[in-house]
Order: sequence, then structure tokens, then C-alpha cells
Amino acid sequence: MVWGEFKDTVAERRLFQRRVLVMLALVILLFGVLVGRFYQLQVIEHDTYTTLSDQNRVQVRSVPPTRGLIYDRNGTLVAENRPVFSVTLVPERVDDMTATLTRLQELLTISDEDMERFRRRLQEPRRPFQELPLHYDLTEQEIASMAVHRHELPGVEVSAELVRHYPFGELNAHALGYVGRINRDELQRIDPVNYAGTNYIGKSGVERVYEDELHGRVGYEHVETNARGRTLRVLERENPVPGEDLMLHLDMRLQQRAFELLEGRRGAIVAIEPKTGGILALASVPGFDANLFVTGIGVEEYRELSESRDKPLFNRALRGQYPPGSTIKPMLLLAGLDSGTFTREKTIWDPGFFQINQSGRRYRDWKRGGHGWVDGVKAVAESCDIYFYELGVEMGVDIMHDYLSRFGFGMDATLDVGGALPGLLPSRDWKRGMRNEPWYPGDSVNMSIGQGFFLATPLQLATATALVANRGDWVQPRMLRDVMGDRALDSILQPEHIDDLTLENHDTWEYVVDTMEEVMHGRKGTARAAAEGADYRMAGKTGTAQVFSLAEDEEYDEEEVRERLRDHALFVGFAPVDDPQIVVSVIVENGGSGSGTAAPVARAMFDAWLKEFNGEDAVISQFAGGQP
Amino acid sequence: MIGRSAGVEATGSLQRPVSLWHRLHIDPVLLLLLLLLSGGGLVVLYSGADASLRAVEAQAMRLGVAFVAMFVFAQLEPSVYRRWSPWMYALGLAGLVAVLLVGVGAKGAQRWLALPGLPRFQPSEIMKLLVPMMAAWYLSRHYLPPRFRHVMVGVALVLVPMVLIIQQPDLGTSLLVGAAGMFVVFFAGLSWRLISGFVALLAVAAPAMWFFVMRDYQKQRVLTLLDPQSDPLGAGWNIIQSTTAIGSGGWSGKGWLQGTQSHLEFLPESHTDFIVAVLAEEFGFVGLMVLLAAYLLIILRCLYIAVNAQDSFSRLLAGALTMTFFVYIVVNIGMVSGLLPIVGVPLPLISYGGTSIVTLMSAFGVLMAIHTHRRMITA
Repeated sequence: MVWGEFKDTVAERRLFQRRVLVMLALVILLFGVLVGRFYQLQVIEHDTYTTLSDQNRVQVRSVPPTRGLIYDRNGTLVAENRPVFSVTLVPERVDDMTATLTRLQELLTISDEDMERFRRRLQEPRRPFQELPLHYDLTEQEIASMAVHRHELPGVEVSAELVRHYPFGELNAHALGYVGRINRDELQRIDPVNYAGTNYIGKSGVERVYEDELHGRVGYEHVETNARGRTLRVLERENPVPGEDLMLHLDMRLQQRAFELLEGRRGAIVAIEPKTGGILALASVPGFDANLFVTGIGVEEYRELSESRDKPLFNRALRGQYPPGSTIKPMLLLAGLDSGTFTREKTIWDPGFFQINQSGRRYRDWKRGGHGWVDGVKAVAESCDIYFYELGVEMGVDIMHDYLSRFGFGMDATLDVGGALPGLLPSRDWKRGMRNEPWYPGDSVNMSIGQGFFLATPLQLATATALVANRGDWVQPRMLRDVMGDRALDSILQPEHIDDLTLENHDTWEYVVDTMEEVMHGRKGTARAAAEGADYRMAGKTGTAQVFSLAEDEEYDEEEVRERLRDHALFVGFAPVDDPQIVVSVIVENGGSGSGTAAPVARAMFDAWLKEFNGEDAVISQFAGGQP
Repeated sequence: MIGRSAGVEATGSLQRPVSLWHRLHIDPVLLLLLLLLSGGGLVVLYSGADASLRAVEAQAMRLGVAFVAMFVFAQLEPSVYRRWSPWMYALGLAGLVAVLLVGVGAKGAQRWLALPGLPRFQPSEIMKLLVPMMAAWYLSRHYLPPRFRHVMVGVALVLVPMVLIIQQPDLGTSLLVGAAGMFVVFFAGLSWRLISGFVALLAVAAPAMWFFVMRDYQKQRVLTLLDPQSDPLGAGWNIIQSTTAIGSGGWSGKGWLQGTQSHLEFLPESHTDFIVAVLAEEFGFVGLMVLLAAYLLIILRCLYIAVNAQDSFSRLLAGALTMTFFVYIVVNIGMVSGLLPIVGVPLPLISYGGTSIVTLMSAFGVLMAIHTHRRMITA
């Protein structure tokens, strides 16, 4: 031993032993601290941490129900659920974020808006392994290209969500309404539990009216998830109850035809099955593609739609309030006869104008020189204004208001058509209340030919005409024809009671219908040209409504202004006369005359329904048997 | 105790029969404890690595290499270590300097040296052995307890590599290397007055460290320890999830492979630095007590070896290596259970990977060498 030869080895050894004892004490002390710490965590606070651990791993997930589908009366799908794919990234699993984003931009068309939002989210604090959405609603091509290139993009996921889709696009936006993302106001209204997993809600039309039925009931599952939020297994599950599938009265073939007939124009067509009140077609032209609104429309696209002079977003059929013009003449004739104001034999002399008293203002007939001697039939068939001026003034506003309101004017008599407007049926009280003026006889003159204050929607005109077709029996206009599944239709659809229009003499109905038949088939009927060559009898009435104001157009294009100052063309009617199958109301904005523009459209609708699509029963039974 | 006498060995009659273990220079008690611990560690690792047999195989391979290293180191006479200490230390310092100049690494830290013809290695890792050896070499040359002058030189021998390692930067390793060296100084008989002085100095230096030396991420770790909920999804995530794993284990744990915190990936680094949380979650308080008992037995055996060593160098070295092992344990478990800030220190012999496992087993080899190369002088 070279070292320590002269050292006091015993003393050194003793010193070392003392030091080891000190260290041993330190070891035992610190191990004691560790044991104490684990005792605290594992024994004393065990319950707290067990709860934390379970909260970590077990999550209650709501399972949104699948929204009910909507079919037309033939079983054609008009509202379906389409899987929409979006691209999400898990930043923790992405090797090189810059390269990945560059590559994704090559593969997909990502808007700057989306990219900017994603980069912002990336900076914000978030839970590890959380998925960040980058790009929504992939096209089929994009899905395919993601499928091919996914292996080279770790951390990039494609996730799917069911989203409403309307296969007929703009044909149905106004008839069905549409769904959209739940907004803040709706959030206050809905049941937060039932909508826990739902992102979309019915915004208008059938989608809104039948929201409860279409939505279904939410389900739950207790799932075990890992830290990345990935579901590993389902511990417990209560299945959601999918929404009811609905079948409407709508016939897509007729709906399509209605759009074709109004192509290039602005206007509306409503077709009703008079026996049931079922709405066969509800067209407002131009329409818009409701699919744009489902996932949220871009600012530019929305501006284009909302600022268009043709107002595609405006539902003319339900919310367009037009002066009904001469289309209400048959109803006023009925009122005059039933109230005893005029008799069937009553004739008046039409010199081409009408004066309330000898020195008063002259109200002109549309026909210069007048119609000569006019009775009720001729008054309707040739749409003589003077006859109705006299009738209106003699009958007075109260009787007119009474009868017309029983036809559904001035109210929303619809059963399940969301968003219909009531129009305006003027009365003495209304004028006093709104204008603080008495009712003048001149107001009655205007009202008797459907002008003045009087406003009605195309749906109201069709409804009133259906009452004529039904000879006074009320059926509320409706969309829903049937529900699939266990629920009974009448548990959902509960019509209000509206008094039928019973007349002193029921035969008056036939007399009025005859006058309308005369419009179509009479020698001098205003719509005789439109009825030519038909092998069935139809009843109808033309109308023309004056346009007195111009929309806030900034630039004046003379041609265009002249076009937009033309009268609205109207027509109401039904066919066949003796067994009415279809009631139609047509309005063509700035279409000129009702006989020239609107009546042929209605005739085409009649033909389509009565001649072309008469095999409907077979298709319906097929629908009842199973999904088409 | 009988004084040293060369004659005893020659007589043979008083000598205990030399066992096979002794000839292999292996201490069977320590070997058994180490095997039990690393075997049990593999079982926990299988669960911590999410039932991956590949991880277990890789770790078993690494343990095999480490045990071979232990065996090799056990064959050398302690005097060999002593003689070579200064040269190896100088070489180690050169390595540390080389790392700073031409080292390779990742994440902004240079820790590796890739010399042609040699496998890639971490000089700082080797310093965990070389620094206590050097300090023991120097201090044991003089009378113990050391004089102030010698203490200062000893401390300097420790501080130089520490500073070099901090530059990499690798605070964790630097502190472990420093601890290993300082334990030598302590065992050599550093006077309690000086110890109090050091402690006082540290107390003064700590705030200064906070403002001038510690980097932001290190400060963040300390703040997170004090209030993990301040950033539960960021810096606090690890500590919240590991205490949750430990606490939810309870008395007897959730059962092997049944730990939800680790298997559902809430627990980060579940097979490396945080593996003790896996053990605590799946085997509970009982499992942890078994682990600590195993560690304690190893420490006791090593201290026994240190006490029975025959010269100052061996004693100091054995004591320091043992206490370094202890520091590993306390720092790792303290960090995982939320008592200490997060520093990258693995749980010895159980955490997956790391070159540290080879260094550790080499240290046990040195301890065995110290124990089995004693001159048989006891009757």
C-alpha cells in the first residue's frame, strides 16, 4: 500500500463510519418523506384522485339523432342527410407543420379565411392531441385525393358529419324551408339536453314547423377515451331515437313543372288538392339553393342573393302580398247573392264608367265603352268592373269583409306551412285604426275589384279558390301527408276548426262555379284561349293587379323600368269542374294581363296533373312498402 | 480487528473457502437485489410501454449489456481505478470540451460525441463515475479529515466538469455529477462548519440563481410545481396526470396492465421518466413500498460495502456512488409525485432506455470490485 501507509487508518475508518450513519439517516428521512407523500396521495386523497381519473377517462357523449328524411307524395326524397367530410389536424402528431400545410394547400382548395383561422387556433392554448379543424365540406375529388395522400401526412384526419342536403336544390328552398347552424337566439329556445349533439336546426318552412318530429331524441353513451379524445370503447349506451320521416303532399314532378313554367320570370304558383288541402306545388321564382345556407353561406354569395333585384330569397308564394285584382270577383258575386244584395237576374248597364253619385268621380271599366247590359255570369266571364263597383258600393264594406274573411283573406289559415303572411283585408275598423279615416264609398269601389288596400298572397288565393271548388267546405292548406314509423298522423297534424261557408241557398255555389267555368269555356270568357282543346272542364278567374310603386332601384334602365311597371298577371282556378282534383293560383310579376300570361300557366298545371301524372296511386303504395 | 498481515493468507487454515462468487468478483447479495429489481422493472415497463414486448426486449438487451459492464468493472482491482483516476478524469474533461466544440445532439443541446472508430457516447455520463473517482483519489492522498486547502481543490475538481456540462446545456446531469463529487468531499470528513457555510451560501445563491442563471423554462418548471393548476393543459399537465395516476392507484392498485392513466395515454413518458406513476397506479401503495424497500436494501448493501472497504479511496468512492444512486431515486420519485420540479432524471434500473443504465451498473461493478478484491484478513 502506497497510500495511507502513515495515516491513522482506524481514525479515518471511524470518521467514515460516522459519516455513513449521517447519510443513512438522510436516506431514511427522505425515503420517509416519499412514503409519506405516497401515503397522502394513495390513501388519504385516494377518492379525489379516483374521481379525477374517472373524469379523465369516462366521458358522457351525446349521440345526436339522425334527422328525419322528407319525401314527396311519390316517395321521392326531397331532404336527405349527406355525410360531409372535413379535414382536421392533430398538431402533436404532425411532424412538420409548415410542410404539411403547404402540401394540403396543394391537395385541397383551402380558403385564406380558413387558413388564417387555423393558424390562430394553433397559437391558442389547447388540450394536447386535440383535433383542430382546417377545411370543411370536402368535394368528392378532395376526399379521394386525401385518401391517396393520407399516409404521407401524419396527424391529418378526415372526419365526417351528417348534414342536410336538398337534392332538388333551388326547386324546394321555398316549399320545404331549410336547416342551418343553430344560432344564439335558437340556443336560448331549444332544449339543451336534446340538442346536445346537434349542430343544425330547421330555420324555415316544413323543416321548422316539424323540427320536433324531424329532430328525434338524443342518445347517450358513456365512453372511455384516451388523452387524445379518441374513443376506445363504449361502456354504456342509450341509442338516440331518429327523427320521423315525413311524406308531404308535394309532388316533385308538378313542382318542377311549376318552375319550368315560370322560368325567366318572377312569380309564384301554388297548387292545392282541394279534397285534402294538400299543397301539391309551391313555387316561388326565382328560387335559391338552400344547400348554400346549411353549412353557412359565404359573405359574397349571400350579398349576391340578398341584393339581387329579382329577390330570390323572397318567398312570393307565402309572403308575397299582392292586390288580388279581379280574381276575387266570383267570391264577391257569391257574397252579393247570398247576402241578398243582388239577385241572379239583376242586370246593370255598363257605359264604361261608374259614378257613386251624379257629380262624383268616374271609375272606369277596363274596357273602353263598357260591356252594355251585364248580369252576374257575364260580369265574371268578361270581368266587368262596373257590375262589381255597383255591387260593392251597394253591399258595403261590412258585408264584403264578412264574406271575404270567411274565404281566409286577412288571416293565416294555413295548418303547417311555416311563415305564411296574412295579407290585408281592409275593414271600417282597420281604416279607422290605421289611418284614422272613415270608410269612403270609393274605398268600397276599389275593394270590389281587389284593389286599394286589399292584399293577398298566392297561397291565400289558392286557399280561397279551393273553398269554391269544395263548394264551401273548409280544408286548411297543409304540407304533411303522412309520417313514417309508429306515430299517427293526427297526433301531429291537428287542424283548427274553421266554419264551413254555408249559404242560404247551396245552389249559389254552382251558379258561381258556372260563372268561373264561363271564364274558361264561354264564348267571350277572358281565359277562353287558355282552355282551348281541353277534354275536361275547368273553372277559373283572371286578374290584373296594378303596380304603383317601384322598388328602390338606383339605376334606371328605361327598358327595365317599363318592364317592371307593367301590371302583375294573376289567375286562380280549378279542374275538373265537377270533381275538382287541383286548384291553382298563379301570379306573374309584371306579367301584363292575367288572361294572356297567367291563365296559360295554370292550364299547363292542370294538364300536367290531370293528364300527365295520373298514375300516382301505384307509386304511393310502393312508398308505403318500404324506402324507395 | 486484527492488523494487516500477509502471513494470514498463506497459512490458509484461517481462510474461509474462496467461493465461486468471490472468484468471479461478484457480490451475490447485491447481484440478487439488482436482478430482482430490474426483473420487476421489466414487468412494470411492459405495462408502461403499453404492453409492447419490443420495448421490453430492447430494455432487456440494454440490461444485459449493463450487467456485462458491471461484471467487467468488477474484475479490476480498486488500485487500478485509483491509479488511472487522474488520467481518465483528464480524458473525460477533454471529452466534455470536445462535446462543446464538435458535439452532436438534438433540441438545442449538444451532449453526444461521435468519434470515428468509437460508438457514439455521452462524456457527461461517464463523468458520473470519473468525478467521484478523481475526488476520492485526490482527497485520499492526504490525511482525513481534509484541510480547507484540500477541500477547495476537491470542490474545484467537481465544479469544472459541472460547469462544462451546464454549457451543453444539461442541468440534470450536471447536478448529478456535482452531487457524486460532493458526496466524496462529505464522506472525506468535510467539517460541519464548512457544511453549514455551504448551505448558507446556497441559501444566498438560490435567489441569485433564479434571476441570473436559471432559464425561463426552468423557472416555469418550479412555478408549475407550486401551482400545477395554473396551466393544466400545458406545463401542469404532466404533474396533474402523474399525481392522478398515483392517487387513483390506492392501497393495492388497479392491477397490472389495468392502469387507465397510463394505458389511455393521459400519463406522459409513462415508460421512461414517469414509470413510477405506472407502478403506483397499477400496484398501489403496496407496490411502491416494495420498490422503495428494494432500493433501500441495495443502498444498505452498498453502504455495508463502503464501510467494509479497506482503504480511503475505496471507501469514499463506494459511499459516493451509493449516494448518487440514492439521489437518482429521490429526485425521480419526488418529481413524479409532485414534490420536486420536473428534471429529466430516470428511475434507476427501471425507466426505459438511456445510457445511464450502463453507467449505473458500471458503478455497481466498481462497488463489487471494492468488495471482492479485499485482502482476506478477517478471521
